Amino acid sequence: MSLELKGITKSFGSLVANDAIDLSVGDGEILAILGENGAGKSTLMNIVYGLLQPDSGEIRVNGSVVSINEPSDALAAGIGMVHQHFMLIPVFTVLENIVLGHEATSKIGKLNLEQARAKLLSLAKEFGFEIDPDALVEDLPVGVQQRVEILKALMYDAKILILDEPTAVLTPQETDELLEVVKRLRDQGTSIIFISHKLREVKAIANRISVIRRGKVVGSADPSASQEELASLMVGRSVNLAPDKTPHAVHDVVLKVDGLTISDSTGRALVKDVSFDLRGGEVLAVAGVQGNGQSELAQAIINLEDHVQGSILLGGKEIVGLSVHDSLHEGIAFVPESREDDGLIGSFSIADNLILDTHRERPFAKGISLSPRAVAADAELKAKEFDIRAQSTKDPASSLSGGNKQKVVLARELSRPVKLLVASQPTRGLDVGSIEFVHERILAERDAGRAVLLFSTELDEVLALADRIAVMYAGKILAIVDSNVSREKLGLLMAGVAS
Amino acid sequence: MKKFLDRILGSALLPALSFLLAFIISGFVIAFSDSKVLKLVSSPGKFITTALSTVGNAYLALFQGSIYDPNLAHGHGFLQGLYPLSETIVTATPLILTGLAVALAFQAGLFNIGAQGQFIFGAIAASYVGFHYSFTPVLHVTLAILAGVISAAIWGGIVGLLKARTGAHEVIVTIMMNYIAGFFILWILKTTKFLRHGRIDPIAPEVAPSAQLPHLAGANFRLHAGILIALLAAYFVWWLLNRTTIGFQFRAVGANASAAKTAGISVGYATIATMALCGALAGLGGAVHVLGSEYALTADIAGNFGFDAITVALLGRAKPLGTVLAALLFGALRTGGRTMQSNTTTPLDIVLVIQALIVLFIAAPTLVRYIFRIKNLKTQEAMASKGWNG
Repeated sequence: MSLELKGITKSFGSLVANDAIDLSVGDGEILAILGENGAGKSTLMNIVYGLLQPDSGEIRVNGSVVSINEPSDALAAGIGMVHQHFMLIPVFTVLENIVLGHEATSKIGKLNLEQARAKLLSLAKEFGFEIDPDALVEDLPVGVQQRVEILKALMYDAKILILDEPTAVLTPQETDELLEVVKRLRDQGTSIIFISHKLREVKAIANRISVIRRGKVVGSADPSASQEELASLMVGRSVNLAPDKTPHAVHDVVLKVDGLTISDSTGRALVKDVSFDLRGGEVLAVAGVQGNGQSELAQAIINLEDHVQGSILLGGKEIVGLSVHDSLHEGIAFVPESREDDGLIGSFSIADNLILDTHRERPFAKGISLSPRAVAADAELKAKEFDIRAQSTKDPASSLSGGNKQKVVLARELSRPVKLLVASQPTRGLDVGSIEFVHERILAERDAGRAVLLFSTELDEVLALADRIAVMYAGKILAIVDSNVSREKLGLLMAGVAS
Repeated sequence: MKKFLDRILGSALLPALSFLLAFIISGFVIAFSDSKVLKLVSSPGKFITTALSTVGNAYLALFQGSIYDPNLAHGHGFLQGLYPLSETIVTATPLILTGLAVALAFQAGLFNIGAQGQFIFGAIAASYVGFHYSFTPVLHVTLAILAGVISAAIWGGIVGLLKARTGAHEVIVTIMMNYIAGFFILWILKTTKFLRHGRIDPIAPEVAPSAQLPHLAGANFRLHAGILIALLAAYFVWWLLNRTTIGFQFRAVGANASAAKTAGISVGYATIATMALCGALAGLGGAVHVLGSEYALTADIAGNFGFDAITVALLGRAKPLGTVLAALLFGALRTGGRTMQSNTTTPLDIVLVIQALIVLFIAAPTLVRYIFRIKNLKTQEAMASKGWNG
């Protein structure tokens, strides 16, 4: 089936989110839509899926105009969508989630899942998915949950599948698997719209690429175009994808972790006997598939973990057992894995978020009395230095884009006297422009002689920034290797193969 | 200035509209529950006029009983007509303080159901210092109030301590502690230390005149200095929340405890301090109520002040100024309701209907928006759902 969008325009107040957008995807084709966060990709797809109504323009399926007023219209027209945030009920089984909203029942209302089960199994077989219909969704890895979403769309005969930022939550391996799945779907005749801002994936998978910037289609590109070309089309200026990393002068050991074991409340060890040294002027990247103990290790360094054995020396001083506040003030900047949950208070103003850690200190406080003027003045300065784009620093932090949220976190953490920067997944979900900014900032800290401990599941990021790479697997550091290691070797290590 | 006015109007619009809707609907309830009105159903013209006059009389009595009564003014001068207003303020005073105890907890992400018990402990301690000791006038009343505040702060602080150390949910703990407080006052009023000489019903001796809060408008009015204390406390809570590092931490923990913790704020400390302060505020309410208007401790000294406080704090959107206004409204409904019951055929219970409807509409902003066809009604966060998740 083919899908054509003609002159789709949608505005919210004075903001034109989509401006006369024309796009088309043909039978058995993968169209990649590339664009930064806020470029209007999701608005467009929500229009196609019937969650929003366009101000003008038309949608054609197989050449004839269809009117899509709600998602059920889209489903009826053969359009399915897999959202960035999964729409699954964790405590239901795979099968229950898939039939949700389309349950077949007997006359007295008894649920009949057998027909659906047969169809699900045959579909899974057809597309080569391995899936247990009776597994609870909450027990499944993220990549498999996503496959449940895809199957859900296919169950209702979607011939046009929209994937909205499908790899944002996946590990490198899961991403590769997903790309294979998407190719297989295409080869069997499904038309696919693949929305992403990740250049490597888009290049690997698309038949055609359309780039959206500020609500307009600004061009299309061939998958053979270089990453730099795609990035500059997307951002609207030339972009430096590989940050300049000058040879570095290493200083003394700043962080010495020795025999660190972290357990959860039931006594199960999540991090096992981890030891490493980190010097000033050096970036040590901890790579690994999500959930191999990286989060706990990062949190333990500022004493956010409760059950810790072993030693962490910062500048020669033992910090295990200090309060979080004292750990931070020993000279650690901490960028948490989840900005929304742990990095910011969404309902607080940007200015208040910038002093979360230092609100007790001068000039923000005298005794217990806060000085709103000092807080506001400080926010103006930091917003300028870190290029935080907001109408006002009094706006709530939740109104910011992902990149600007991360800038707020960085601005706050780097404005204390710092010896060590601990950054967990600092560019997860960010657009190219913001990634560039964060990377430059991290390297600037390194060049200024600070130690940087970077936790990342993105291989590109690890290879671009690290001086040395520690690979974590099942709670242990499997190896610490030099940054000129090959991707393949790193991939094997992340899968637990030490050789 | 304009921005400021917009903000006030924005946040007052929903309560004001809810108030209006509650009165309209209660009007129907009044009309249709009145036997005189119902008898006239067969003749529509008479029916409507009688219904309107019944409702009108009820609301007029409500106003006369709570704000200004021209009958009292007749022959005694305008000021005497304000006697109902004085009564409204006397009723509202403890309610402001217990309301603040709930509102402050809301701001810190805690649901304080325990204002009732905290109020009781404040009242017991203030009463004991009031009747058992004798000091010079200003010192005596100050010490009595302090005793109430401190013992209630400890009572509230226990809840915070339990939550911070063991994770016990404050809702469950405060409900249980309300029972303990309720039975404790029954027991203590039977002990020889508290039971008034020569009495067998549970009542303590009256507090010494030196421990009583002074009247503000002469002996004819019950209006006492407690209202000034309550207003000061409201200002204090505003200042604490918005202008101090402690309040900053409370709000940070309330809005996102996980981010607060990551930034080095001690969630346990904030929880304990919040609950102790909330206890202090409710205890101040108890002390002021005993020393200002009741003088003698009785078993039901706390009435419904601790529970109405939850409604008052919700209505006031957990803001100090909002809480003061909501408490005054509730005080007016309570005192006016009594006059309405005695002067008309409308029962006091209609006041509960009005209160319940106001809260219902406040909790369902979408409904109000739909009824009045308002697009951008500022709803802020729905307070009612907070606290359970935090």
